[in-house]
Amino acid sequence: MNTTFQKSSALPASEWIITRLIQISGYLSIVFVGLISIFLISEGSPALVEVPFSSLFGERWYPIEGYYSIWPLLSGSLLITVSAILLALPLGIGTAVYISEIAPQWIKEILKPLVELLAGLPSVVLGFIGILVLVPFLRRALDLPTGLSGFTGALLLGWIAIPTIVSIAEDALNNVPASYRQAALALGATRWQTIWGVTVPAARSGILTALMLGIGRTLGETMAVMMVTGNAPVLPSGLNALFQPLRTMTATIASEMGEVAKGSTHYHVLFLIGMALFIFSLTVNAIAFTLSNRRKKRAERLLS
Amino acid sequence: MEKILIRDFSLTYSDGQESLKQVNLAVPENAITVLFGPAGGGKSSLLRSINRLNELADVAEQKGQILLNGQDIYAPGVNPIDIRRKVGMVFSRPVVLPLSIYDNVIYGNSVAGQKNRKLLDQQVETALRQAVLWEEVHDRLNDPAAMLSGGQQQRLCLARVLALEPEVIMLDEPTSALDPVSTSKIESLLQELKRTYTIILAPHNTQQAARMADFAAFFLQGELIEYGTGDIMFTRPKDQRTQDYISGRFG
Repeated sequence: MNTTFQKSSALPASEWIITRLIQISGYLSIVFVGLISIFLISEGSPALVEVPFSSLFGERWYPIEGYYSIWPLLSGSLLITVSAILLALPLGIGTAVYISEIAPQWIKEILKPLVELLAGLPSVVLGFIGILVLVPFLRRALDLPTGLSGFTGALLLGWIAIPTIVSIAEDALNNVPASYRQAALALGATRWQTIWGVTVPAARSGILTALMLGIGRTLGETMAVMMVTGNAPVLPSGLNALFQPLRTMTATIASEMGEVAKGSTHYHVLFLIGMALFIFSLTVNAIAFTLSNRRKKRAERLLS
Repeated sequence: MEKILIRDFSLTYSDGQESLKQVNLAVPENAITVLFGPAGGGKSSLLRSINRLNELADVAEQKGQILLNGQDIYAPGVNPIDIRRKVGMVFSRPVVLPLSIYDNVIYGNSVAGQKNRKLLDQQVETALRQAVLWEEVHDRLNDPAAMLSGGQQQRLCLARVLALEPEVIMLDEPTSALDPVSTSKIESLLQELKRTYTIILAPHNTQQAARMADFAAFFLQGELIEYGTGDIMFTRPKDQRTQDYISGRFG
């Protein structure tokens, strides 16, 4: 037989164009991430030269008088993120367990889209509710001089992180084979024992991924925190700092970038903060990615 | 002496599918009772009804009685967990829990609140010896159970049931995912175990049914067609449909 297959030159032109277009859009996202990092580094790194290291990690952020310590902002962000996650994680996992393991079908069908709707709410709207409802309520309930505090921000951010945590953790729980539950129940475990001892541990890596993405969501959130935290760049001292006005890194960039002189030290330091945020969320996402990949591999092994 | 008595038992799932029609069956003590027939005949549904695992599925309607030691297991006030501890079940695919070998064997006992480490150690050894797995795993009890081979995993599942010291052991196609060597290990194990336990087996093929049956019940589309001792059922059954099925004319 002497038939030879014609090579790709036989592909119609339209086929070739579409393939290339899709390829280009795929590569574009890589290019964008690369460009963003280059931009951030080129605009932010001069700050490392212009501001001495000791001052960068000093106590005050007061750019007008030349105090450029990112330490108050960094710790403000961390304090709020950690408390928000501490609030959101148990609630989020509880909701996920309820949706995936306990709720009857019709409640499931209502809850799932509602949670997704919550995820889609613009954070400005949540900030609105925060200012009008949460802030006065907390001021009275906790007897604070102002309701604009780190805690208010943490509450709101927790709320924002919950949908992310719920939908990813719920996916992970759903992927646990039904046979695990049946095996446990057939051995005389109660429903709760099955959930706590078998289903949740089996979904562990997925739940950790949910946690990581929740952290990422919280760390990057700007608008809602800016509206309710009071925006005082104070170095938090002790835990009760949570109940005083704070400021996060994101809020600082958002509120000051508009008024800064391009090329000034202040400008460079703001980009430095952006770099720090970028590194944080990159780390968190990388951890989440590794975790979810590990889960996939284990599932493949189980199925083979 | 019958261990389990099933009286006029019918079951309909909520998708309208009728799964069992008026089943009457007596399961004798210390023998292997085989439920066989083509897929969809209601064997699994019946097994899941005997340990009340069906409650978690979408059962729309259920009629009739299942008596264990003369007591209705669906009577009000009966705790399904007690029933499941008395009637252990092994599934068709080996399902090891994401725990160590040791914790898998002892899972049923530890969820029941047993804490005495010495007693647990002993139960693990006894159960693994009964399941003829002890020699293969005794030096790595704390390894994850998922590292065992398929045949070992299925024997581990059996050991897990044995550790509960049940009265009845049900096996739903326990060797369908196993190689012939593991299959014969499980089969000779069951012959051993029937001295102490009442065994209900839904084999995945007719040959295994014939090999294992002390008593056999033929199920077709939710109906119990014929019941008798293994000898008679696989050599000269009365019903034409049973005859056709065991001679391979359908199924």
